Amino acid sequence: MSGAVESAAAPKPSRAFGGARRDWAGSLMLPAATLSVAVVVLLAWQFLPPAFGVPKYVIPTVTDLVAEMGRMWADEDLAQHVVSTAVWSVVGFVLGGLFGAVFGYLLGLSPLWEKVLSPYLLGLQIAPKVAFAPLFIMWFGYNAMPKLLVTVLIVFFPILVNVLQSMRVADRDLVNLARAYSMSRAQVFWKVLFPSSMPSLMAGLRIGATLAVIGITVGEVVGSQVGLGYLIVYGQGAANTAMVFNAIILLTVIGIAMYWAVAAIEARVLHYIPRAVA
Amino acid sequence: MARTVPALEMQAVTRRFPARERGALPFTAIERLSFHVAPGEFVALVGPSGCGKSTVLNLVSGLDRPSEGQVFLSGEEVTGPSSHVGFMLQKDLLLPWRSIRRNVEFGLEARGLSAAERAARIERELRRCRLTDYAERYPHQLSGGQRQRAALARTLAIEPSLVLLDEPFSALDAQTKILLQRSFAQTISASGVTTLLITHDLNEAVAMADRILVMSERPGRIVEEIAVGLPDRDNPIARQSMPRAQELVRHLLHALHLDEAVDA
Repeated sequence: MSGAVESAAAPKPSRAFGGARRDWAGSLMLPAATLSVAVVVLLAWQFLPPAFGVPKYVIPTVTDLVAEMGRMWADEDLAQHVVSTAVWSVVGFVLGGLFGAVFGYLLGLSPLWEKVLSPYLLGLQIAPKVAFAPLFIMWFGYNAMPKLLVTVLIVFFPILVNVLQSMRVADRDLVNLARAYSMSRAQVFWKVLFPSSMPSLMAGLRIGATLAVIGITVGEVVGSQVGLGYLIVYGQGAANTAMVFNAIILLTVIGIAMYWAVAAIEARVLHYIPRAVA
Repeated sequence: MARTVPALEMQAVTRRFPARERGALPFTAIERLSFHVAPGEFVALVGPSGCGKSTVLNLVSGLDRPSEGQVFLSGEEVTGPSSHVGFMLQKDLLLPWRSIRRNVEFGLEARGLSAAERAARIERELRRCRLTDYAERYPHQLSGGQRQRAALARTLAIEPSLVLLDEPFSALDAQTKILLQRSFAQTISASGVTTLLITHDLNEAVAMADRILVMSERPGRIVEEIAVGLPDRDNPIARQSMPRAQELVRHLLHALHLDEAVDA
């Protein structure tokens, strides 16, 4: 029968390309190389600034940072600040992502409204969202609302734009196929448009996850009594450079954790996309 | 021929599109196009590129309406997408996020079928298109030929009274194409479904069809009709080597003025 058709297919996970390189990377060599970069950087950080006479209040050494981290944990209730920043980042990310996605799909389904609103969307997208933070504080006072709003606003746009774009470039032939199968508009959306937008939505969420931390930090820096952004301002006021460094490091860790979480969700959702060999 | 109701009938169908630019004349894709396809017949529609073949596909599938004239499916006028027509394009249009089994199910989801009936139809079409072993795979794990067979399985699962094939083999490499043409020919003749194949490949038309309609350049109309009259409809490879097939291809080349064309 059609043996050739059969055998030409069923691509096995190909290792034909650079098999040797993959084996090299697959062993412990690659993590070891990455780790040794970290060691070199930390050593340089520890010893170079003192060697060049850079004072500790400009660049604290690694051991200073570790000591300060312990002091912050004991005296400054660090856990509370980390949890606050992390929780509000996640809340802001989820709300911003949700609104962005919903608006993206609604505008994608309604080209007329998209045309009507697109100049305003562009304006809002270009407007620096962090500049709204003082305004929100004037409106809502020194509570969680301003930082949450800034974050929602920052996360909203990349996701909206990505979803909208994916709706625009959705395969018209697939939509026609669904229509030819007598599917309703709702069915066409849920069975074709929504799933085909997934890669773009996930890309938007990945950007949003890192932006959420920025939004929360700005909100905390401008006006808050809690959170790592607050610790940065507090550390600055106390001329405690190590504290500022530590807060920045922890913010980065929160951002990375959120990015990884989204990437893990993406890998599950987009399991059907052949993954490029890393 | 006894007067049976044709599976598909186009009656003096004209389709004009509004001009792209202001002041330009409206653009006529097809003009007073008439033809019919009898139940169970395999008809190929050939013509030069841009002769309105895809317009025919859209009109028959109900995605587009004629400016003038009427389209009938088994005697009923087409007024919108109908559950009696299945179509396939050069692109397989498989949903990449669904397994092959769920892709075959796609067309059945807008119909009130019981779960058991759905499952039975999916199994039947997967077997018919020899994809049972690939049912749980995803489209990207299949070859181009297998994907087109999956698209055919999906098309046949809705039990259409008419299948429209719009150049379904043209994106494949030469060998896959030959094998897939035979595979399709066998599947179609086993299912007995009425088929309209839109193609620009003259060999393919002769190898697969009962009857060939030749369209003119735009605005498209039927300029010639050829009854193929060859045996072995389920084996295009055997057909292609028959002397009469080669004669027909030569005749078609002439009908389309390709034998005297200077340049592409």
